Amino acid sequence: MSDATTPTQPTLARPSLAELFVAFAMVSMSGFGGALPWARRKIVDQKRWMTAEEFNEAFALAQFLPGPNVVNFSVVFGTRFGGAAGGIVTLAGLMGPPLILVTILAWLYDNYGGADLIERMLTGILAAAIGLMVATMIKMAKPLFARGLHWSPLIALTAFVTVGLLHWSLPLVAIVLAPISIALAWVRP
Amino acid sequence: MNDDSPLTALMVNFAILSLFAIGGANGAIPEMHRVAVDIMHWMSDRQFSDVFAIAQVSPGPNVMIVALIGFHVAGLPGALVATASMVGPTCIAAYVMTLIWDRFRTAKWRIAIQAGLVPVALGLMAASIYVVADAANPGLIAIAVALAAAIAGYTGRFNPLWVFAGGAILGLAGGL
Repeated sequence: MSDATTPTQPTLARPSLAELFVAFAMVSMSGFGGALPWARRKIVDQKRWMTAEEFNEAFALAQFLPGPNVVNFSVVFGTRFGGAAGGIVTLAGLMGPPLILVTILAWLYDNYGGADLIERMLTGILAAAIGLMVATMIKMAKPLFARGLHWSPLIALTAFVTVGLLHWSLPLVAIVLAPISIALAWVRP
Repeated sequence: MNDDSPLTALMVNFAILSLFAIGGANGAIPEMHRVAVDIMHWMSDRQFSDVFAIAQVSPGPNVMIVALIGFHVAGLPGALVATASMVGPTCIAAYVMTLIWDRFRTAKWRIAIQAGLVPVALGLMAASIYVVADAANPGLIAIAVALAAAIAGYTGRFNPLWVFAGGAILGLAGGL
């Protein structure tokens, strides 16, 4: 199971399954506003399980796949270090503790969510969350728009208009738009 | 479990979405809204923007919003089914890809796929912002809070937790 996943470069310390679980549980529970910076800090700076380069490479793979990036990353990382068992353990560490917490919050919301105080607080949190997403979006957009005349802003605009403004189905838009975008990236990178 | 079961609907919808969530969970928000509010009528606009806010402010991956939607629809089994369906297919893909990644990570087509998905992900992120803002129907003060949060997030000088806390306090203080 582990032959194909042995890291090519020697790492400073090889984590056990228990260590993997604890590390990802801690990353997950401290990961306000995205777990990636915390994962980098834990894995590269503190534990030294990966070099910065290896981390970026593993994250590129996680981003390559559809679905939540940090969830993919936990599976990629766990599999590299402990095969299928490692992948399951890191996934459980990442998802387990927040799932318990969120379930409690969901129960509270379903029972007390209508209260005026809660609604006002959530509106404020929502506004802050939207602002933080705008900041992330601008950071994502900058390199795309810095290239001058290019096809990529047009693809982004099409995705925004169809999925956002027109409320079209995401699978439908993705099936049509993603291949076009990939083809353009192939011929005009 | 018959075909009308909400658990089946949660499983099918989130398993499909799992494979089309380009750019992560935040890009899948419009589709979650479309399914949960527009098509299945599981929740109102207000409830959707509430669970979005709860998921954002909770520690853990932002994909946890699916557990909140699932819980709202079918209690604890709903939360578990929705979460497993949303992460299951892509986790299996991640496992397989990890084993074969080294064979093609430098291939031109691999790089083209990755580069091609970036603008799609960006557009979906913008769509998510629009859909959530539209569902919440915010007032002027809420827009001001969002603007302040955007600046705080962009400069990166504040922990997001403080930005959320600031938003919550302002929300409590004056009806946004």
